Amino acid sequence: MKKYILKRFFISLITIWLIATCCFFLLRTLPGNPFATQQLLSPEMQERMMEYYGLNGPLSEQYLTFMKNLLHGDFGSSLKYTGQSVNGIIASTFPVSAQLGLQAYLISFPIGILFGIIAARNRGRTIDYSLVAFSVLGVSVPVFVLASLLQYIFAIKLQILPVALWSSMKHTILPTITLAIGSIASKTRLMRTLMLEVITEDYVKTAKAKGLPAWKIVWNHQIRNAIIPMIPSLGMEIVSILMGSFVVEQIYSVPGIGAYFVNSVRSLDYTMTLGLTVFLAIFVVTANFIIDLIYGLVDPRIRVTK
Amino acid sequence: MKEHLLDVRDLRVSFDTYAGEVQAVRGISFHLDLGETLAIVGESGCGKSVSMQTMMRLLPMPPARLKSGEILFEGKDLALLTDKEMEDYRGKEFAMIFQDSMTSLNPTMRVGNQMCEGIMRHQKVSKEEAKKIAIDMLAQVGIPNPEAAFRHYPHTMSGGQRQRVMIAMALSCNPKILIADEPTTALDVTMQAQILDIMNKLKKTYDTAIILITHDLGVVAQMADRIAVMYAGEIMEAGSAREIFYQPSHPYTWGLLGAMPNMIQDVKSELYTIPGTPPDLYAPPVGCPFAARCEYAMEACLKEEPPKFVTDGGHVSRCWLHDERAPEVTPPAGIPALKKGVKVDE
Repeated sequence: MKKYILKRFFISLITIWLIATCCFFLLRTLPGNPFATQQLLSPEMQERMMEYYGLNGPLSEQYLTFMKNLLHGDFGSSLKYTGQSVNGIIASTFPVSAQLGLQAYLISFPIGILFGIIAARNRGRTIDYSLVAFSVLGVSVPVFVLASLLQYIFAIKLQILPVALWSSMKHTILPTITLAIGSIASKTRLMRTLMLEVITEDYVKTAKAKGLPAWKIVWNHQIRNAIIPMIPSLGMEIVSILMGSFVVEQIYSVPGIGAYFVNSVRSLDYTMTLGLTVFLAIFVVTANFIIDLIYGLVDPRIRVTK
Repeated sequence: MKEHLLDVRDLRVSFDTYAGEVQAVRGISFHLDLGETLAIVGESGCGKSVSMQTMMRLLPMPPARLKSGEILFEGKDLALLTDKEMEDYRGKEFAMIFQDSMTSLNPTMRVGNQMCEGIMRHQKVSKEEAKKIAIDMLAQVGIPNPEAAFRHYPHTMSGGQRQRVMIAMALSCNPKILIADEPTTALDVTMQAQILDIMNKLKKTYDTAIILITHDLGVVAQMADRIAVMYAGEIMEAGSAREIFYQPSHPYTWGLLGAMPNMIQDVKSELYTIPGTPPDLYAPPVGCPFAARCEYAMEACLKEEPPKFVTDGGHVSRCWLHDERAPEVTPPAGIPALKKGVKVDE
């Protein structure tokens, strides 16, 4: 087990290094420079800025500096937000995105699974059709439409929840629901399919032949086996839900990391894009690592021998 | 007449599909007594598994549907029970072993826990006692080091071991009837013999009645007291194992016996097969379902379904050749001449 974790750790490091390196050189192949977008700067001024941020030297030298800083956990300072470090921006915005994402995740996971199970158990009945209809809608309605709709109903018509901003628990409700619905919908569909596959398995028949009551068969024999193929996707989903709620954050004016990420790419804020990408990469790699360990807990067949 | 442990009368099962009704089981009747082994033989799709799973109520309904029939267990008609009431019978009075031991155990649960589930369900014992019973059963089916095996996951065991676990699990609540659905088909021959030995041994110990579903006549010879030969959803011939093997009286049984490879046969000669394929059960034929493949078929066979004829004792055969008016036929080599029978009403 120790050996496996060490090996995985080593592979993770290489993955992150590869991502950082590719991202570094790819960014530099983009035309233009970070200061060209700010119209008021004269060419001499731009030159001085490039000099100041160390962007004039040979690329290989810059790369080495970047790597050296990265090893110390320093992503450098932003080129666009003067005087702010990338680390500082991550520290102030990531917790907000993480809270939003985590809330949405914690809601969508149990509900999605539950809906999937209910739909599968009642296959072909009204409740199944309603849940399938809900999940098709939930997957296909764009987030910004849903967000505006919720704002209109709960904030403007009913006036029970704030329209936007992020200052109290109450403010988090609408963005969380917006983010959760799509996720619930896709999980419902997936879980329904997986449950229907498991229902025809021989061991379910064995369980039934033992005289077990229906709920016990569902609980002990179906859910655990049905959930296995779902686990790998959970890792990626945690990440996308934590980082990728850009649209939702924009609509509800949530001060999360999403806006910084998108803007940094648009304005060629090299250090910011790189920093956030590497941060995200570390996150994805870690999440997948944890998911792999959980996978083994659920499915003994792939459990790593001690 | 004394009451049988299990008495199935005129069981009919159909599947409702988009293409129409498939009449999988078309009126079978049989009975079973304590400590007896009944073998149900027949080719794939003849309805042998379906009829057993209907009795256990394991088939999803719909599409499956019990059209008619009585399933009298100790005088009580199981067909009238609710699903909830039936749960008390499954696993306790009837237990079942399935064909594919590789997929019949839950891969994410330790085998011991899977056994305990059933024991605790029916015997109202604590977890510790259930564990003791389970380990004892594992030992009885010849699993080495049963305490360790109790904690194993199915994937760490071989096919034979898993089938032993299945048997241990099935017998752990002391059922009166054990239904074994092709228990050895997925195993190699040496393992097959061991599994059959275990079943025979436990049958004697617990006086369990066994219904053995198989298409392997070798297995039947080793196990069965009585045999029912099924074809196209009907029992074509039924009788004691002796009668079926030494005095087979239905052309389908002759075909089955003839298709069995034997050691004496010339290696170069081709293995006998019954020509043709079984009828489509969407639209079962009017007359005898076997008529189209039967080399002895007469005009009557195509027009009217043959009734049951009793030749002697409990030996029943569903073939017009037993009728007084039918011509004398010569059965294949090695099979004694056909007896005329007495028609019985159903």
